[in-house]
Amino acid sequence: MKSYPALFLSIAAIVGLSFVMPSLNDYVLGRIIYIGIMISLAVSLNLINGFTGQFSLGHAGFMAVGAYASAVITTFLNAQGYAMNGVTGAVAFLIALLFGGALAALAGLGVGIPSLRLRGDYLAIVTLGFNEIIRVIIQNVDFKIHGVDYIGGARGFSVLPLTTFTWVFIVAAVTIFCVENLVNSTYGRGFLAVRDDEVAAEAMGVDTTKFKVRAFVVGSFFAGVGGGLFAHSNFDITPLDFTFLTSIDIVVIVILGGMGSTVGVILAAIVLTTLSEVLRSVPEFRMIIYSLLLIVLMITRPQGLLGPATMERLLRRGKREKPLVTPVES
Amino acid sequence: MKTRYSLHIQNSMTTRLHPVLRCAAIFALLPLFITSCKTTGGPTNGIPVGEFASLTGGTATFGQSVHNGDVLAVKEINDAGGVLGKPIDLMTEDDQSKTEDAVASVQKLVNSDHVIAVLGEVASSRSMAGAPICENAHVPMITPASTNEDVTKKGDYIFRICFIDPFQGQTMARFAVNSLGKKRAAILTDVKQDYSVGLDDAFKNMFTFLGGVVVSEQSYSTGDKDFRAALTSIKGSNPEVIFVPGYYTEVSLIVRQARELGIDVPILGGDGWDSPELTKGAEQQFNNTYFSNHFSTEDPDTTVQLFIKKYQDTYHTVPDAMAALGYDAARILADAIKRAGTTDSTKLRAAIANTKNFPGVTGTITIDGQRNASKPIVIIKIVNGAYHLAQRFGPNGEPMSSFQP
Repeated sequence: MKSYPALFLSIAAIVGLSFVMPSLNDYVLGRIIYIGIMISLAVSLNLINGFTGQFSLGHAGFMAVGAYASAVITTFLNAQGYAMNGVTGAVAFLIALLFGGALAALAGLGVGIPSLRLRGDYLAIVTLGFNEIIRVIIQNVDFKIHGVDYIGGARGFSVLPLTTFTWVFIVAAVTIFCVENLVNSTYGRGFLAVRDDEVAAEAMGVDTTKFKVRAFVVGSFFAGVGGGLFAHSNFDITPLDFTFLTSIDIVVIVILGGMGSTVGVILAAIVLTTLSEVLRSVPEFRMIIYSLLLIVLMITRPQGLLGPATMERLLRRGKREKPLVTPVES
Repeated sequence: MKTRYSLHIQNSMTTRLHPVLRCAAIFALLPLFITSCKTTGGPTNGIPVGEFASLTGGTATFGQSVHNGDVLAVKEINDAGGVLGKPIDLMTEDDQSKTEDAVASVQKLVNSDHVIAVLGEVASSRSMAGAPICENAHVPMITPASTNEDVTKKGDYIFRICFIDPFQGQTMARFAVNSLGKKRAAILTDVKQDYSVGLDDAFKNMFTFLGGVVVSEQSYSTGDKDFRAALTSIKGSNPEVIFVPGYYTEVSLIVRQARELGIDVPILGGDGWDSPELTKGAEQQFNNTYFSNHFSTEDPDTTVQLFIKKYQDTYHTVPDAMAALGYDAARILADAIKRAGTTDSTKLRAAIANTKNFPGVTGTITIDGQRNASKPIVIIKIVNGAYHLAQRFGPNGEPMSSFQP
C-alpha cells in the first residue's frame, strides 16, 4: 500500500457510486455491470496471456466452472429457505463466488500441471479442448437434489439475480489490484521473465513451469469469480453461454487492449462491450462493422490500444524520471 | 561512438494512479458514455411494442422467420388503422442468439424504450432470461415459440402462444400407438438441445403409459455428421418406429443414413423438423416420416390461406411455422390491447390472459390458467418431399380428424 489517500478515495468512490448506480435506468446499469464483469475476466486473462505470455483459449471454461458452482450453491441455499437478501444473503453470495473461484482455480491447476510444459499453439489447443470438455460435461450431467434440477444440462439453469453493481465493482477492483500488484512485485517479475525469454529466465533460475501454473491458477480463480457474477446477472445460463467463442471474445479484448497492459485491457473491455451494444440497432451490419474496426485497430495499433510501452510514455510525460533503459554515451 | 544500455530499476507504482481509483474513475464516466451513444428511442406517436429475436447467430433462421411474421402482422394492423387510434411502433432488438445479449435487449426495451409489451424469443433459455425482467417491470411478454414448460412459470406477465414440449411429445406417442399401431419405439435425442431432451422425456413417458416399450435410447450432439453407430444399434433392437426430436440440420442426415442402413420403419419428429432444407435431395428417403407442427400450409382454412398469400407476396417464400407463430403473437397482442382499451399494464395483462378462441393461423388459441396456449396440433406426413396433413389433435390430445395414411 503506497498511497493511503488513494485508497480512502477509492472506498469513498465505491460507497458513493453504490448509492448513485441503482437510481440509474436498469438497462444502463445492466450494461455497466456487464462491462465490469468483462473487466474482471479480461484482466485475469491478461495475467496469463499478456504478462506470462501463454496463449490460453480456455477462459470461458473456467468461467463456466465458477458460474455453475456458485449458482448451484445459491440455488441450493434458496431452495432450503435460506434468506438470500440482506447481510446473510451477501455472505452466502460471497461464499458462493469464492467457492466458484476456488473450484475454477483447482481446474486451472488440473489443466496447468500437465499441459503448461507445452508452448504457443499447442497450449492454445489444449486449453480450447479443456473449454469444450467442461461444456460437454455440464451439458450431460444430471444433478438433482430433492427433485430440484440443478445445472439442467442443455435446458439451462435458472439463477437468482444477485449480482449488483457493488459486487461487480468490488470484484473488478480486487482483480485489478491483485493482478497489478502481483506483476509489479519483485516476485512477479518472474511472470514477465517467462514471457520475455523463457530460455533466459530458466537460465537465471526461474522455475518457468511453476510460474506458468501460478499465473494459470490465479487467472482461473478470477475467471471463476467473474463467471459467478455473470451467472447471477443473467437469470438463466446454458452451456452454450460458455463456448470457446466466449473465450475468444475475452482474448480479443486482451489483444486489442494491449497484451500486458491492465489499463489498456480495461479500456478495451469498455470500448468493445459498448461498441457491440451500440451496434445492436443495426443487426445486419453489426458483425461487419465490429470486425472491420478490429482489423483497422490491429493494422494501426498492433501493440493494442495502450501497450505497455505507450503506458510508460504517457505516465512519464511531465515527470523527468530515469527511464527504464537509458542510453549511456561512451 | 558506441551506445551502451544500463538498466535502472525504478518504482513505477508511484507515478501511477491507484488501480482501484483508476477503476472508479472509469466507472464514473460510463453512464455518460453509454447514454450519449444511444441511437434509438425518443418519443414516438405510436404505441411502442418491443421484440427481441435472434436475427443473427446460431438460430438466426428461427429469429428471422418470427421477425418476418411480427412485421407482417404489425404492418397489417397499422394499415387497418392501428390500435386505440394509434399505429403500433415495433422496436426490434437482435440478441445474436446469446443469453447475455437477450438480457440486455429486454432491459433496453423495457427500461429505455418503455415498451408496453414484449414479443419474443424462440429459444426457451433466452425467453427465460428475458422473462424475469418483464415480470419485475410488469410488462406483458408473449413468446411465440418457446416450448419449455418453465418459461411461463416465471410469472403472471409471461405468456406463450405455442404448445409446450410435453404436449408435443405426448401427441407423437399417441400418434405412434393409436394411429400407426406401433408398440416398440427407439429414440434418438440431441443432448445439446433443451428442446430435444424435453420432447424425448414426454414421448417416453406417454409411450410407456400407452403400453409401448422403448427398446433403444441413443443420443447425438448438434453438429454431428455421422449417426451410423447409433442407428446400427437402433436397428439391432428392432424397433417398429423411431422418434428423432431434433432440428432439421441433423435430422436430414439421420433419415438419409437410416434408410441407407436399411431401416425402413416410420421415423417421427417434432416441429424442429420444419424447414425447406429438410428433404432437399432426399425426397424418396423421407417417405414414411411424420412430424408434429404448429400449422399446415395445406390447411384449407381461409385465415391460413390468406396468411400464406400475404407472406408470399411480401417475402417471396413459403412461411414456416415460426413465421406463423410470430404473426399470431403480434395479432393476439393487438387484439388484447383493443379489448383492454388501454395500454395500462395490469389491464393489458388481464386482457391477454382472457384471450379465448382467437382465430390464429396456428389454430384456435385460448390462453389457459397457466398462461399457456391451449390449441390444436397437426401431424405432417412427408410424401416425396411434400408436406401433407396426416392428422390433427385437439388441445387435450383427442384426435380431431381421422388418420390419413
